[in-house]
Amino acid sequence: MVDVTPADAVPPAEVGEMELYHPHSWWTKYVFSQDAKVIAIQYSATATSIGLVALVLSWLMRLQLGFPGTFDFITPEAYYQFITMHGMIMVIYLLTALFLGGFGNYLIPLMVGARDMVFPYVNMLSYWIYLLAVLVLVSSFFAPGGPTGAGWTLYPPQAIMSGTPGGQDWGIILMLSSLILFIIGFTMGGLNYVVTVLQGRTRGMTLMRLPLTVWGIFTATVMALLAFPALFVACVMMLLDRALGTSFFMPAIVEMGEQLQHNGGSPILFQHLFWFFGHPEVYIVALPAFGIVSDLISTHARKNIFGYRMMVWAIIAIGALSFVVWAHHMYVSGMNPYFGFFFATTTLIIAVPTAIKVYNWVLTLWRGDIHLTIPMLFALAFIVTFVNGGLTGLFLGNVVVDVPLSDTMFVVAHFHMVMGVAPILVIFGAIYHWYPKVTGRLLDETLGRFHFWVTFIGAYLIFFPMHYLGLMGVPRRYAELTDMTIMTESAHHLNSFISIMAFIVGFAQIVFVFNLIWSIRHGREAGGNPWRATTLEWQTPQTPPAHGNFGKELPIVYRWAYDYSVPGAKEDFIPQNVPGAFAPSREPA
Amino acid sequence: MAVVLVLVLVVVGSVLFHLLSPWWWTPIASNWDYIDNTIIISFWITGIVFAAVVLFMAYCVFRFRHREGSRAAYEPENKRLEWWLMVVTAAGVTALLVPGLFVWSRFVTVPSDATEIEVVAQQWQWSFRLPGKDGRLGTSDTRDVTADNPLGIAPKDPNGQDDVVVEATDLHLPVGKPVKVLLRSIDVLHDFYIPEFRAKMDMIPGSVTYFWFTPTRTGTFQVLCAELCGQGHPLMHGVVMVDTEQDYLAWLGQQQTFAQLSAPKQTGSANQPSGKTMASGLDVAAKLETLEAR
Repeated sequence: MVDVTPADAVPPAEVGEMELYHPHSWWTKYVFSQDAKVIAIQYSATATSIGLVALVLSWLMRLQLGFPGTFDFITPEAYYQFITMHGMIMVIYLLTALFLGGFGNYLIPLMVGARDMVFPYVNMLSYWIYLLAVLVLVSSFFAPGGPTGAGWTLYPPQAIMSGTPGGQDWGIILMLSSLILFIIGFTMGGLNYVVTVLQGRTRGMTLMRLPLTVWGIFTATVMALLAFPALFVACVMMLLDRALGTSFFMPAIVEMGEQLQHNGGSPILFQHLFWFFGHPEVYIVALPAFGIVSDLISTHARKNIFGYRMMVWAIIAIGALSFVVWAHHMYVSGMNPYFGFFFATTTLIIAVPTAIKVYNWVLTLWRGDIHLTIPMLFALAFIVTFVNGGLTGLFLGNVVVDVPLSDTMFVVAHFHMVMGVAPILVIFGAIYHWYPKVTGRLLDETLGRFHFWVTFIGAYLIFFPMHYLGLMGVPRRYAELTDMTIMTESAHHLNSFISIMAFIVGFAQIVFVFNLIWSIRHGREAGGNPWRATTLEWQTPQTPPAHGNFGKELPIVYRWAYDYSVPGAKEDFIPQNVPGAFAPSREPA
Repeated sequence: MAVVLVLVLVVVGSVLFHLLSPWWWTPIASNWDYIDNTIIISFWITGIVFAAVVLFMAYCVFRFRHREGSRAAYEPENKRLEWWLMVVTAAGVTALLVPGLFVWSRFVTVPSDATEIEVVAQQWQWSFRLPGKDGRLGTSDTRDVTADNPLGIAPKDPNGQDDVVVEATDLHLPVGKPVKVLLRSIDVLHDFYIPEFRAKMDMIPGSVTYFWFTPTRTGTFQVLCAELCGQGHPLMHGVVMVDTEQDYLAWLGQQQTFAQLSAPKQTGSANQPSGKTMASGLDVAAKLETLEAR
C-alpha cells in the first residue's frame, strides 16, 4: 500500500528503444509484415477460417447422430474423419492459435508498452509456418484415403492401422506432419511472447502491474513451451512407426488374422506423452481466457479486479499444477491403478485455485457499476458455462466416478462446456471489446446481441442435456447409436434436439462473421478509448495503433491496470500512464 | 434485466431438468452402487455451488447494474474473505475426494475369492476364456494367434489345455460370485464396458489389464466397446448373461475346452481358408459395407 510517486515507481526499462524494421512496400507491410499487430490479424483470420471448417464438420457429425441413417454420405469412415478433424482443429489450430498467436501478438506489446515483439522477424516466420501447418492439415481432405479418422487423441495402434480411415493412407502422415510444423511455428512465436513480457516492458510496468490478460497469455505460453515438446516427440515416433515400421508404440499385433511386423512397443507410452501435453493444453487455452475475462469484467463493471495478487498466483499455481495431473485422462487406460490415488488428489487440488478465480470474478461484480455491454454479457455467460464445466470436471477427476463416465457423452459434454464453449465465449467478448482498437469502429450492436443470446442459450441447451446421455452410458465416438439396449426412444429424441440446436448456434456464428466484415466499413466510429479503459492499448496516439504503437515516446506506467472508480478521482477510470496518486491509491504493494 | 432472468432460469431449469427428465443411469446390476453413491454426493455438492455462484451473479447484475450517476466501490482485495473462501472450497473438495478415494481403494482391491475370467478383444468382436477344472488360465501371447488358436493360448502350457474358450458369442456368469476380469487385446485398444455394471477398463495389446465386480442380478446385458478401435467401433457389441448357478452350470457344460477345439483342427485340411478369426472379422466388415451402401 504505497503511494505511487514517479520517483520510486518508475525503474528504467530493461531494454532500450528498439530499432524497428520499417516496411518499404505493400508486400512487407501487409503480407510479410513484421508488425505484431498485422501478424495477429493474420493469425486470427487463418484460425477463424479453419475454425469455420470445424464448425461445418460439427454440423455433419450432428446430422449423423441426430438423424441416424438419413444421410447416406456420412459413412462410419467419414464420421470418424469429421470428429477427428473437428477436434484437432478446434483445440490446436483454432483455440491455441487464436489465443496465443492472435490475442498474444496483438495485446502483449500494446499492453506492456512495447513497440513490437522482441524478435519481429522470428514472429513473422512463426505465422508463415503456422499457415503451412494449416495447409498441410487441409490438404489431407484431398489426399488419397482422406484425413485421419483416429480421433483427435490419435491413439496408436489404431491410428496407423488399416481399420482406421487414413491409417494406412496419407491421412495420419499429413496430420502428424502438420502438428510437427505447428509446434515449430508456435515455438518461434512463444519464445517471442515470453521474452517480450519479461524484457520488453516499458518503464514503470512492473510484473505486478501487468493486466491479467498478459499474465494469462504469458503463463499459458510458458506452459506451451514446456508441454508441446512432449507432443512433438510423440508425433515423430508415431511417424517413424508408420513410415519406417519401427515399434515405439506398437506391440505384437494380429490384424484381421495376419501377424504384423511390429513387436515390443508400448501403446500406453503414447498416451502418457500425449496427455503430458494434452492436459496443460487445456489450460493453455483456459489461462488466456481467464486473463482476458478478468479485464473484461473489471472494465465493464467499472471496478478493479478483486484480489489481483491472488489472481496472479492462482494463474501460476494452475499452470504449475497442470503438469502433474495428466494421467486423469487415463484412469481407465489400463495404467497401474494405484496411480489413480495420486492423480485424483492433484486433480481435485487444482480446483481450489480455479475456484478462487471464479469467486474473484463474481466479487468484482459485487458493488460494481455493471454496464451490460456485449463484452460484459459474454463474460457473464463465460462464468456460467465455465463453472458448469469445471464442476463436472470434479466428477471426472475423482477417479472412481470417472470409471462409469469415462468415454461416454458425459466427457464430451464436460470438455465442450469447459474448454469449448467457455473459452470461445471469452474470445467473442474479447473481439467485441478490442475490435474498435483494431479497426477504429464498433461491431454492430443489434447483430451482436442476437449473436450473444443465440450462442449462449443454444450452447447451454446443447451441452447441458448431453451430460445425461453419458450418465445413461451412451459412449462417445459412436458413428451409429442404433442397436443399443440402454438407449431409450426418448434419448434418441434428445439427440435430435441437440442436433437442431447445434445448427441454430452454428447459424449465429455466420451472423457474427458477417458482422466482423460488415462493421469494418459500416460500424459506428469508436474513438481511441470507447470503453474508458485504463490499460495502455487504449492510450495509443492513433487508432488503430501505427507501427511502433506509441508514437515518439513510450508511455511511462505509474499505476496498476485496475484504477477504476478511485475515490476522489474525477473520472471513473485512471489510465496506467497517468501520473500522480489519487488518495488513497490502494494498489497492492 | 433479461440477463438476470436468464441467469435465474439457467439455475432453475438445470435443477428441474436434473430432477424431472427421464434420462438417468440404467438400473445397476453389480456391486458398484458405491460408485453411484459417490456420483450422488458429487451432484449435491457441485449443484449447490453452481446454483450459489450463478444466483449470486444474477443478484449482482440486478443490484449493481449501471444507473445514471452510480459509481463502483473501490476494494482491491479482502484477505480475510479470500482465505475464508479458499478454506470452504478446500473442505468441499475434500468431501468429494475422500469418499472417491475410499471407493477407488475397493475398486482396485480384488477379493481373494474372485474367479478369474478373460475377455479378449479384436476388431470388432469379443471372445472369452474361463479357467478349466484346474482353476487356472494358461498363458497366452499374441504371437501364438493363428486361425485355429484365435485367442493366442500358449499351445504347450498344460494349464491352458482345459481352458474353456467362448469365441465370438455370449458370455455367461453366475449371479452373486465376484469375478476378476482379465482384459486382453490382440490388435488395437478396446474397452470392455457394460453400463449396468458401471465398471470399464481399456484393453491394450501386449498387456493384461483387469477390473473386478460381482453381478448382483440375473439378466442379459449388452457389452459396448468404449475405446475408439477403428471404423467398426460402434458395431462392436457383445452380450453377457448373468444366470442362476444352475443355468450357468448347464451352459458351462456345453462349452468346449482349448484342447477339444484344437484337436480336430490339426487333422483338418491345411488349405482351410482363414478360420474363425478372419470369418468373424469379416462379419463386421460386411455390416460396415451395408452401412456404407445405405
